[in-house]
Amino acid sequence: MRFTKDHEWVLVEGDTALVGISAYAADALGDVVFVELPEVGKTVNQGDSFAVVESVKAASDVYAPISGEVIAANDELSSSPEVINAAPEGTGWLAKIKLSDATQVEALMDRDAYEAFLSTL
Amino acid sequence: MTDAPNTETLKYTRLYQRHVDLGARMVPFAGYAMPVQYDGVLGEHKWTRAECGLFDVSHMGQARLKGKDAIATLEALTPTDFKVLKAGRQKYSLLLNDNSGILDDLMVSRPETDGLFLVVNAGCKDQDFAYIGRNLKGDTSLEILSDRALLALQGPKAKEVMAKVIPAACEMYFMDCGTFTWQGHTVYVSRSGYTGEDGFEISVHENQVAELWDALLSDPVVKPIGLGARDSLRLEAGMPLYGHEMDTGYSLAEANLGFAMSKSRLEAGDILGFDRLKPELDGGLTRVRVALKGEAGPPAREGAKILTEAGEEIGYITSGGPSPSAGGLIALGYVPPAFSEVGTNLTWDVRGKAYPCTVVALPFVKNGYHRKKSA
Repeated sequence: MRFTKDHEWVLVEGDTALVGISAYAADALGDVVFVELPEVGKTVNQGDSFAVVESVKAASDVYAPISGEVIAANDELSSSPEVINAAPEGTGWLAKIKLSDATQVEALMDRDAYEAFLSTL
Repeated sequence: MTDAPNTETLKYTRLYQRHVDLGARMVPFAGYAMPVQYDGVLGEHKWTRAECGLFDVSHMGQARLKGKDAIATLEALTPTDFKVLKAGRQKYSLLLNDNSGILDDLMVSRPETDGLFLVVNAGCKDQDFAYIGRNLKGDTSLEILSDRALLALQGPKAKEVMAKVIPAACEMYFMDCGTFTWQGHTVYVSRSGYTGEDGFEISVHENQVAELWDALLSDPVVKPIGLGARDSLRLEAGMPLYGHEMDTGYSLAEANLGFAMSKSRLEAGDILGFDRLKPELDGGLTRVRVALKGEAGPPAREGAKILTEAGEEIGYITSGGPSPSAGGLIALGYVPPAFSEVGTNLTWDVRGKAYPCTVVALPFVKNGYHRKKSA
């Protein structure tokens, strides 16, 4: 699993990747009450806002950690947004993206680097 | 996670360390480091509706107006008749500017026969007290009670908790107030709050607040509640929040706060900015505060546009979010009076997409006030 400084994660499986928000981000947001998922078939560029996660208090953009085509969205989150809090780095994934540039993944932080980054916040 | 605010200018209530030790997430609010949540906003919200929540609201401003012209002083700056405020009672009121714009909302009580006790919003308190201080009439003195802390105990079980700590306060009804003794110290208590639930607000000297906090929190039905749930609770109760539903641009007619205006003051026409207010009260409004309910989709938050079903922009949201207790989505906002009737179907815009909503009556969630039953 690789991470961005905006607290998204990427888990590569072949030429696709699951993406979501980190446990740190989910904890910082608090209780998630609504998730706006990306449309399947949409092409996203790294750094684009591609989903919105909303807590009781605020709406937060989620930025695409990598570029590619959205090939699946986690529809369970539409009816059970709290799964993001329960398992942010697992069943609380947001979308599956077909990678358009695999080298982007290598430039992201591994878990150790991300933990080190979190310790500076 | 505990984010200690690192802004040197922030002020701290005497309970700061208690909040940190309880695992609160501290945020800057109105110049104070305040707990926005402890375990989580949703859980704290629901706990307050079902059990009892304890809030540190020591950041709010407290003051006492004394002297034989104290009532005249306050009446000149508000639309409320305080001559009829009996000892032991409390009134909601509004501090107005010359144009009848709302400078703040406040609670005014008479816990003692001599003088009026004021509680104002934290973010407005310095300018409120300066404004009142500049406008003191005759024999009036303003005493700013900066050494007093304020706790709110709210929820259906607040009474049973209070019965063990300040039992005499349980004899009060909604919007009653009184002076009580706790552990030898004077406390001012009112039966009121900002959640729609039964409950108490307790003014205590800051030197004793930690001890009182601990005493209330030692009851297993009591949990500490942060500002996040305080906001969602007040929204469900339909209560306006200064800086959102109200500011100096709005009149009490627009903000739909006519209950803060006494009939005698309206008849006398001696309310600040009456030239502006009177035509608005007589039907000349261009916007009025409404309550909106939606069923599905993303929450409509402050700043979201309100549209007709046909897509014409007619107003805007001032507060909005999910309703943890009623379900669905709720909001307060402003629309022209023609669209303010209960049952009017409208839409609100979130990120460029319109979602249906309906004008509803307030409150969103039935209140639990302990009112005196009429004979």
